[in-house]
Amino acid sequence: MSTFKAESIHKQANTLSKETIDGEIATLNLGPTHPATHGIFQNVLQVDGEKILSSEQTVGYIHRAFEKLAERRPYNQIAPITDRLNYCSSPINNIGWHMTVEKLIGAEIPKRVQYMRVIIMELARIADHLVCNSVIGVDTGALTGFTYLFQEREKIYELFEEVCGARLTTNIGRIGGFERDFSPAFHAKLDSFLKTFPKILKEFDDLLTRNRIFIDRTRGAGPISAQRALDYSFVGPNLRAAGVDYDVRVMNPYSSYEDFDFIIPIGTNGDTYDRFTVRQEEIRQSLNIIHQAVNNLPEGNCYHADIPNFYLPRKEEVYNDMEQLIYHFKIVMGEMPLPKGEVYFSVEGGNGELGYYLISDGGRTPYRLQFRRPCFIYYQAYPEMITGQPISDAVLTLSSLNVIAGELDA
Amino acid sequence: MAKQELTNEGVLEQLKAQFGEAIVDASTPYDLLTVEVSTDKMHEVILWVKESASLKIDFLTNLGGVHYPDDKGREFAVVYHLHSLVNNFRLRLKAFLPLENLEINSIVDIYVGANWMERETYDFFGIIFKNHPNLRRILNEDSMDYFPMRKEYHLEDATREDKDDRYFGR
Repeated sequence: MSTFKAESIHKQANTLSKETIDGEIATLNLGPTHPATHGIFQNVLQVDGEKILSSEQTVGYIHRAFEKLAERRPYNQIAPITDRLNYCSSPINNIGWHMTVEKLIGAEIPKRVQYMRVIIMELARIADHLVCNSVIGVDTGALTGFTYLFQEREKIYELFEEVCGARLTTNIGRIGGFERDFSPAFHAKLDSFLKTFPKILKEFDDLLTRNRIFIDRTRGAGPISAQRALDYSFVGPNLRAAGVDYDVRVMNPYSSYEDFDFIIPIGTNGDTYDRFTVRQEEIRQSLNIIHQAVNNLPEGNCYHADIPNFYLPRKEEVYNDMEQLIYHFKIVMGEMPLPKGEVYFSVEGGNGELGYYLISDGGRTPYRLQFRRPCFIYYQAYPEMITGQPISDAVLTLSSLNVIAGELDA
Repeated sequence: MAKQELTNEGVLEQLKAQFGEAIVDASTPYDLLTVEVSTDKMHEVILWVKESASLKIDFLTNLGGVHYPDDKGREFAVVYHLHSLVNNFRLRLKAFLPLENLEINSIVDIYVGANWMERETYDFFGIIFKNHPNLRRILNEDSMDYFPMRKEYHLEDATREDKDDRYFGR
């Protein structure tokens, strides 16, 4: 599908009303379960041949009432809920939640822990972008890159496993830091990943980024202008692809991001190709950040802040030390001395600004917790982006927006 | 660049000068300026801070509801988080609504992105956004006849007597 063709279709659909188009208008259900949509999304399309005239979305198929659930759970039990938002980059969600609570209680986090968090969060971002970009490849018919990159994603999951024991829904870290220090095995695996991955990323780049067929297929697919993207409250790579350099890591640095030197890549057209290239560059920048964090990781073996009222102690200490047993009991029973207050905290998730709006009334559970879920907010622009496009481009647009069902429906 | 940084006090002063009585209350929890605006003026305030050349608070970060059942006459709050990407300044606006009159003007005409956020708030709290183009439930089923995020709906069976809230919380 050439750029020229996509544009002319776009023009036609804009100038013709439904009645004046010759031929039949069909209604087509794209989803809720369809292999091409990578999740549970329903779009009822009005199509004339291949052209999409209009579409209506239905969301909420996997709504699990996280915000309500959170109102009955003690703070340390909310982290597993956040896993299931954007499950492609759970560690970012977990750490974002921990940092929200730390902001509420005013905890001071040691530099070393902040750097460890940066390493984990950037690994998660790489994993998230790898899935998105390789799936864009699959939707254009290039399956090779996908199978190639998933092997690398596997290595990132092994790294998470080394830290927290889990792979997908990680529940990594705790309020105040991590459950254990990075092991020597973790460092060895990270080193080998940092050595081998750039080559494989380069190969993937060679497969797609300058590939004529891929460029023709993705240029002009699902475009959005910068102004429109801002109106729709776009964030993250999708906003940056449209040309706005908004990144929470730079705008409101958290976890010592101000110590690292990296650039924010931006696109110009806000189409699928730009979203792809922005994510590719972000992967490289993340690698760069990880290198800096590993090289400058402060000496020592400190892996959590000294906040015994909130940080769940290690099991050995609980069984052998009376004080730790008391803290353990109080935390598990939800007796943390939490202040009253309301906090908004946001991190740069895989899809952009992931916000936590927390109101605490001093009770054992949040009075109200709202997740600002980037997917939910920008997915509403989807009908506008695909109107006038062929159906195959609608599939591409969906995967390049990286709409994750878990984050969409919460 | 000799650009003047926005401060909490400065922005609050500008808001007070412009809207006077409509600015009910203000505070800065965790250094985020939180301004309570009277319900009927909310739309106007959001439009003004967006178009004001000195503020340029032109990005809607988040919109949601809160239920305070014990606060008579102010049972529901609609909370807006706004962000000025140019000045890197965040602002939180709140409007309180009484249970008898859960209506507030929609801001979809200012931010298209508010569409689903308002639908979600309607879905969970039953707050009516006037002039909203399509105010239907979004995450829950259409036939649902209650608003689940209100505090009167407990997560567990409220008639249970074997669990004491003093020990297990709400």
